[in-house]
Amino acid sequence: MAVLTTFLYLLIYPGILFLFAYSTFCEWFDRKAYARLQNRMGPTHTGRFGLLQPIADFFKLMSKEDIVPDAADKGLFNALPAFALAVVSTAGLLLPLWNFDLGSPGWTSFSGDIIVMLYLLSLPTLILFLAAWSSTNLFSTIGGARVLTMLFGYEVPLFLAVLSPAILAGSWRLAEIAAFYQAKPLLLLVNVLGFVVALIAVQAKLERTPFDIPDAETEIVGGTFTEYSGKKLALFRLTFDIELVVASGLLAAVFLGGFPGGVILGFVQFVVKTLFVIFLLSLIRALTGRIRIDQVVSFSWKVLAPLAVVQLLATILLKGFLS
Amino acid sequence: MSFQIPIGPQHPALKEPISLRMTVEGEVITGADIRLGYNHRGIEKLAEDKSFLQNIYLVERICGICSHSHATCFVQGVERLMELDPPKRGMYIRYLVSELERVHSHLLWLGVAGHEAGFDSFFMYTWRDREIVMDLLEMISGNRVHYAINTIGGVRRDLDEGQKARILEGVATLKKRSEYYFHIGANEPSFVARIAGVGMLTKQQVIDLCAVGPTARASGWDRDVRKEDPYAVYDELDFEVATADSCDVLGRVVVRVKELLESYKMIEQMVRRLPDGGIVVKAPRKAKPGETVSRYEAPRGENIHYIKANGSDRPERLKVRAPTLGNYPATVAMLKNGFIADIPLIFAAIDPCICCAERAVTLVSARSGEESIVRMSDLRRLALARSSNAPVKGNAVWPF
Repeated sequence: MAVLTTFLYLLIYPGILFLFAYSTFCEWFDRKAYARLQNRMGPTHTGRFGLLQPIADFFKLMSKEDIVPDAADKGLFNALPAFALAVVSTAGLLLPLWNFDLGSPGWTSFSGDIIVMLYLLSLPTLILFLAAWSSTNLFSTIGGARVLTMLFGYEVPLFLAVLSPAILAGSWRLAEIAAFYQAKPLLLLVNVLGFVVALIAVQAKLERTPFDIPDAETEIVGGTFTEYSGKKLALFRLTFDIELVVASGLLAAVFLGGFPGGVILGFVQFVVKTLFVIFLLSLIRALTGRIRIDQVVSFSWKVLAPLAVVQLLATILLKGFLS
Repeated sequence: MSFQIPIGPQHPALKEPISLRMTVEGEVITGADIRLGYNHRGIEKLAEDKSFLQNIYLVERICGICSHSHATCFVQGVERLMELDPPKRGMYIRYLVSELERVHSHLLWLGVAGHEAGFDSFFMYTWRDREIVMDLLEMISGNRVHYAINTIGGVRRDLDEGQKARILEGVATLKKRSEYYFHIGANEPSFVARIAGVGMLTKQQVIDLCAVGPTARASGWDRDVRKEDPYAVYDELDFEVATADSCDVLGRVVVRVKELLESYKMIEQMVRRLPDGGIVVKAPRKAKPGETVSRYEAPRGENIHYIKANGSDRPERLKVRAPTLGNYPATVAMLKNGFIADIPLIFAAIDPCICCAERAVTLVSARSGEESIVRMSDLRRLALARSSNAPVKGNAVWPF
């Protein structure tokens, strides 16, 4: 029985099938919100309100011709898309959705899972760099170098911002952090600054405008993905969709009080809160233009990192004051 | 590590084929080289085979955006050769379309600049409003792109009161929107951070490299054919030459938005002061032997047509110098020491119209680098030989 539930957990909910369905829905929501902010319609034709458009795009890409460049490192080039998808899906399992017991940690919810999740979310960036490097294309190589340069900018502020609520809650476990803030919702207001910093860092992690520098089409064509096509590109796109869900779920769990209320109410909370975070991300995407790579790094270290440190200090002081 | 990146002939930042070869060191450009000739259509040669009237529609097709500029520039020259005096009303309608075309071209450019900077919302908004002026042009001429309103000795269509009212209404809306875009373009931090201080071109460089149009005016060099050599109706209109002195891409955005506002002013004046009378005079079929140079301020800068007539009904020689060609040397100077990320912005800032500037093609052997002159029939023979010897390509395989 335990084996069966584990399989159900891995494959259906909140495993790969649920993540696929929900992440395509989130992509639709993001596209629709972005389009409406730009005075466009967004997807309308496939399914009601164009809901099935991301799925149609995925299957269309799956059926396209798949080309591997002669000069590419074939093993790495072929394996990396699946690896990236596996990594972010694993991170998705750690979201404190419903399958956790506050009293006894299991393999989906344990002390330190917030750290594991952050690292799992960092891995796709490195995978992207390797993918770009192994495809040997000139534009990909520049894109890969930009991916890594950007990583040095936003990663530290993201870690500082996400970990300061954990310090206030006195736990390294997502479920416990969420439970702490559910008990004392007013304390969420302390972390607003950290939420803003984390939001911007997540935007950079997901390579969305104004941080879509590694695949800036007007500069370096497809950037990281220039040589990727067909199935592999579909997997990479799905990776980004799932990463969007997982990252917004992480922010919702840490900064917005998690998803209490059992299976159904918890799920509703999950949907509402992640969509709220995704809407904010779409807003940033619509309101800004792409900045330059040197501007990203200087912005991260001159603005984001100090703000994150301020948040951390405020949290530590408040914790001392409360105890 | 220094290496070369090819921007073009096919690249998402370019809407038309041109090859920019950038030597870069990391993210910094150390050298730039522009190669032309991917879109050569032999229009000047073709013009020698067609009558003056037919040629209006041919030169209109030199460009898809400033189509009216080329047609008007050509017609101005031909009218001078034929010693025609077109009626005032016809002239007002012709230059009214000119200014509407400038509005549509500049709105298009603003959107492209936003897109090149990754600011797609700006692109969507400006292009939505461009539809207003496109609809006005369609209402006046019947066409959205190639208006075909010019004819030798005047214009082909008249304006009625209802149309005049709709033009004023559309322009009033556009004026409000353009002021808003001016605010956005000069204030949105992420956009300004990308365009301020990028693509510097000093006034001295402008003069040395013969830059034209908004590119020159953004460096404080206030050359505008409409003002300094007023043709047709421009000496009767009240307008100012828009300039900026920041010498960068931001300056070029500012100049173009200011020009939009000046154009709205001119359109209103022309519609309000539209004189009565005919719109066209009868033109002879042939022009007396002679030659003329016609200058016209296109949206992108000074457009020059040189026409030589030999007494027959066709030009003996037509030479077109489109404004984009005048801006290429300045572009190379601007690109140097920029970032890779700035290439599309700097190149887009001259509002390149590549097909306008394609007046010649060079055949260079890929192996030896040797240049040669080949007859058309030889080219055709070579192409046939190549396609019959080419290996059969594998078809894409259905993956499931």
